Amino acid sequence: MAALRLRSPSVLPGFGLTLGYTLTYLGLVVLVPLAALALRGATLPVSELTDVFADSRSRAAIGLSFGSALIAAAIALVAGGVVAWVLARYRFPGRRLLDAVVDLPFALPTAVAGIALASVFDATGWLGGPLSRLGVQVAYTQVGIVVALVFIGLPFVVRSLQPVMEELDVEVEEAAATLGASRLQALLRVVLPGLLPAGITGFALALARAVGEYGSVVFIAGNLPFRTEIAPLLIIIRLEEFDYPGAMALALVMLGISFALLLAVNLVQAWTRRRFGRG
Amino acid sequence: MADGGAPLAAAPRRTSQRRRVGPIAEPRALKWGLTAVAVLVLGVLLLLPLAVVFFEALRGGVGAYVASLLDPEARSAIRLTLLVAAIAVPLNAVFGVAAAWAVAKFEFRGKSVLVTLIDLPFSVSPVIAGLVYLLLFGAQGYLGPFLQARGLQVVFAVPGIVLATLFVTVPFVARELIPVMQELGNDDEEAALTLGASGWQVFSLVTLPNVRWGLLYGVLLCNARAMGEFGAASVVSGHIRGQTNTVPLQVEILYNEYNWVAAFALASLLALLSLVTLVIKAVLERRDALAKAGHAAG
Repeated sequence: MAALRLRSPSVLPGFGLTLGYTLTYLGLVVLVPLAALALRGATLPVSELTDVFADSRSRAAIGLSFGSALIAAAIALVAGGVVAWVLARYRFPGRRLLDAVVDLPFALPTAVAGIALASVFDATGWLGGPLSRLGVQVAYTQVGIVVALVFIGLPFVVRSLQPVMEELDVEVEEAAATLGASRLQALLRVVLPGLLPAGITGFALALARAVGEYGSVVFIAGNLPFRTEIAPLLIIIRLEEFDYPGAMALALVMLGISFALLLAVNLVQAWTRRRFGRG
Repeated sequence: MADGGAPLAAAPRRTSQRRRVGPIAEPRALKWGLTAVAVLVLGVLLLLPLAVVFFEALRGGVGAYVASLLDPEARSAIRLTLLVAAIAVPLNAVFGVAAAWAVAKFEFRGKSVLVTLIDLPFSVSPVIAGLVYLLLFGAQGYLGPFLQARGLQVVFAVPGIVLATLFVTVPFVARELIPVMQELGNDDEEAALTLGASGWQVFSLVTLPNVRWGLLYGVLLCNARAMGEFGAASVVSGHIRGQTNTVPLQVEILYNEYNWVAAFALASLLALLSLVTLVIKAVLERRDALAKAGHAAG
């Protein structure tokens, strides 16, 4: 496409109108409010930001949020990878139902997911009961937080991987088999590398969503300061204390770390694309 | 969110759907093992929580269920949620159509930046989205004094909830429409123009019918998210019972008061909404696959 012109020629009408409307609307609803955070953040004394790291409660909350999100995204990547493979490759009764169920976390409000998960994994719940007899406590611990975040992240991984798995070339696997590779070798050394970029995309989406997740987590988390209090909840607590600078500082630190994390993931992504192709 | 359009048995089999035998199929045991893992993951993690919502809601019997829905506070929460969705969803649907037209039909510089901006609300924590509106319209915010002087209340009132919901649901319709419009290309529209159609006619008679199912699914997802928004609404609502509590916020209050039946009864309304959304999606995908199979055969 003509790189020097603003846009390449087209006979279709409405470019100025729709682009103008899109930019105006995005500006009003998304950019101006975010700019307000940036502007207010810029007037914050630097000590307010360093206080976030100095304060052990904030540090614990940030560590918990990012740590749990990373663990959950990794679990979602593995579990979602298996689900996507099964849905893409195997035919069995109930497959279409399972395929439809995958999107549930997209459509189910987070607060509903939150109270439902808390109820299932509570010590008196359907799964929490048997698990607590085995000595495993899920609800009101970090394990519960991770469970809720896997719930939220799973569809991102499945929907990133599934289409790529459906489009994979059979010939490549046949060639691997002809050349003497075992099925396991073919899967690990031929199929898996081709899935890496899509897998990383799913991982990054699940991670980004999990870091800021609030509704599905607060009910199952227990919300004990230093132990099971996530960063978004601490922002809300600061706001309820009318500690706006504290809330803003925490929000800015969270956004900063998320941005750095996603940037790192994108770099890995770019590397795998160069190395293995396909995306 | 890419849709994995499930191909039907009737559809012409692509290579990947070819029956896999011998060296390019997994051993039977591995295949069944993986399937069992997938069923277990989806069953335990997704279906069990969904079932528990309805189980807990109906635990006290149908009478108690209906009574919790007819409670004045519950009714006011439902009314507020419907109002918020009625404002936020059409606005974001119009935005989504305009954004998809600009992004899918034209090539221009900075397009990928624009797409990133549209996706931005996806990666901002809902709590931060609420905070941002507090900083703009709150008493200590930029516009706070101006609004206060005129007696206008935005945060801790309905307008704040609408604004925060708008922010959080901005990308949904655009995200669904952009890939659909891109895949369809511009040929139909160019043909219509050649035949003398006006710009509006091209859009309403050619483009809109082509993308109507993608638009419908985007609107449904946007609606489910708008009605279920919790984190952002929680920050800007002020939690005034009977006035600024949406359904999810009312669910939280009832749950924290150990009023399980009422909490899950209200939650079951939102769960039903999400089920309807998923069923319509499945039906649309089936139609889509059948239509594609028809094209291939014809």
